[in-house]
Amino acid sequence: MITKEEIQKVAKLARIEISQAEEKRLAETISAVLDYMNILNEVDTEGVEPTNQVTNMENVIREDVVVDCEYSQKLVNQFSKVKDGKLIVPKVFN
Amino acid sequence: MNLNELTITQARAGLDKKEFSALDLTKACLDRIKKRNKEINAFITVSEDRALLEAKIADERIEKGEQDYLTGIPFSVKDAIDVHRVRSTGGAKILDNYVPEFESTVIKKIRQQGAILLGKNNCDAFGHGASNENSMYGPVKNPIDLSKVAGGSSGGSAAAVADDMCLFSIGEDTGGSVRQPAAFCGVCGLRPSYGRNSRYGIMPMASSLDTVGPIAKSSEDLAILMQVMAGVDYKDATTMPDAVPDYSKELKTSIKGLKVGVPKEYFEVDGLDENIKNQIKDSIDKLKKLGCEISQVSLPYTKYAIAVYYIIVPSEDSSNLARLDGLRYGVKEEAKDLFDVYAKTRAKGFPEEVKRRILIGTYVLSAGYYDAYYKKAQKVRTLIRADFDRVFKEVDVLVTPTTPTTAFGLGEKANDPLSLYLADVMVSPASVAGLPALSVPVGIVDGLPVGAQIIGPRLGELQVLKVGFNLVK
Repeated sequence: MITKEEIQKVAKLARIEISQAEEKRLAETISAVLDYMNILNEVDTEGVEPTNQVTNMENVIREDVVVDCEYSQKLVNQFSKVKDGKLIVPKVFN
Repeated sequence: MNLNELTITQARAGLDKKEFSALDLTKACLDRIKKRNKEINAFITVSEDRALLEAKIADERIEKGEQDYLTGIPFSVKDAIDVHRVRSTGGAKILDNYVPEFESTVIKKIRQQGAILLGKNNCDAFGHGASNENSMYGPVKNPIDLSKVAGGSSGGSAAAVADDMCLFSIGEDTGGSVRQPAAFCGVCGLRPSYGRNSRYGIMPMASSLDTVGPIAKSSEDLAILMQVMAGVDYKDATTMPDAVPDYSKELKTSIKGLKVGVPKEYFEVDGLDENIKNQIKDSIDKLKKLGCEISQVSLPYTKYAIAVYYIIVPSEDSSNLARLDGLRYGVKEEAKDLFDVYAKTRAKGFPEEVKRRILIGTYVLSAGYYDAYYKKAQKVRTLIRADFDRVFKEVDVLVTPTTPTTAFGLGEKANDPLSLYLADVMVSPASVAGLPALSVPVGIVDGLPVGAQIIGPRLGELQVLKVGFNLVK
């Protein structure tokens, strides 16, 4: 069973504020899901390689050249707060 | 028959013979949307003015004899797929005001042919769900029975096609999000092989599983759409360079001698409706009569697919969704320091299911749990893939039900996420293995549609579509 404290710890890592009502529901439902995952312990995976991708393609690369992004200014215009073309954010350190 | 009820193939013929114009066809769809969307809620955004303008341009193109296959065909797009200068929320309030400045590759290809965009379809927020009840814009109701869910996550897409609001829709399938709503609403939906269609411009959910696929009224229409959508894209490094077959030309060739596998585990699933089981058995008999060779096969790792899926997906989700911080785009909550801006923006902008997935992902990837969950899941994923590799040495396609039940009631599973996850039992395995899979409507049980799922080997879209075409013919 995942505790409310663990929920709050993980929520902090994930940068999501969780209300008390949500905390209880999330603890219950996530515990149920994690319990279900134990089914995988039945499977012997000794010596089995993990699957990281399914296409078997490797090293898909392109020429390392600078290309113009025709809409970069438009993306900057969507920023919540801009100064001299840079994104302004609230203070990070107290 | 009303124009909006036509298939792509039928509409193309009518447009080319000048029996009606693209404007007539577009107006018929817009009228249907006006009449029905309030109740069904299949669209979050309707781009009427733009659609009417695009229809006039399409008519000029047809007049000059310069039309492509999709010129003048009205369609819609799941809201988790970016369309240039059309609001794309992904079903979440954090992107309530988001208007992309670029266009996803698949939509660009479709629109270059002159298809007419009607608007954006409702979906579970960022693809998280199998009932469309996790949209922050309200659930989509099943057009066949308004007390039932449309399925998810591409529920708005499937409902819009089923209710003739559009001729086709483009959805996204990570773990069944095209196939399951297609089955619930009685339309055709294809999840392509991982890497067949570009995902550039698709809001990412689980990058190692995400695919973008079409929903339409026939397998013939899906073949046409795959022809346009498939192929390599330098903006998505996972796209496969393999040649794209001529799907439409090959679709109607004989399936005599095709080897069809019936995986026994899919028919032993807990809670599988007996009537659905019988409908699928009838479909298999039909294929036998058409000259297919039927054999029973076994995929013993089937029952682990959901556990694998719901570890891998939240893990990849939690990192993909980290980009949504309200600072560079979307809706931002004001706060005194950066941490609080993030935490409050994400608290308000995500529905509970998105939060749940991010928290599960963050938990299973955190120190001390990574090997037990994520790595274990990736290993079992290898075994699930090996199951499929083995049977596809013996058979050409697999036929199964798409879902264990018909569309369930609105609210029925809303408070029990695990039971909703378990409803993906038939659709997760092909997703985890990156295989193409199609759902086509093959019957009705208690007034609701039943879907048959046809799974193929990697890049086996053609044989999957051929079987779908023959099953519904």
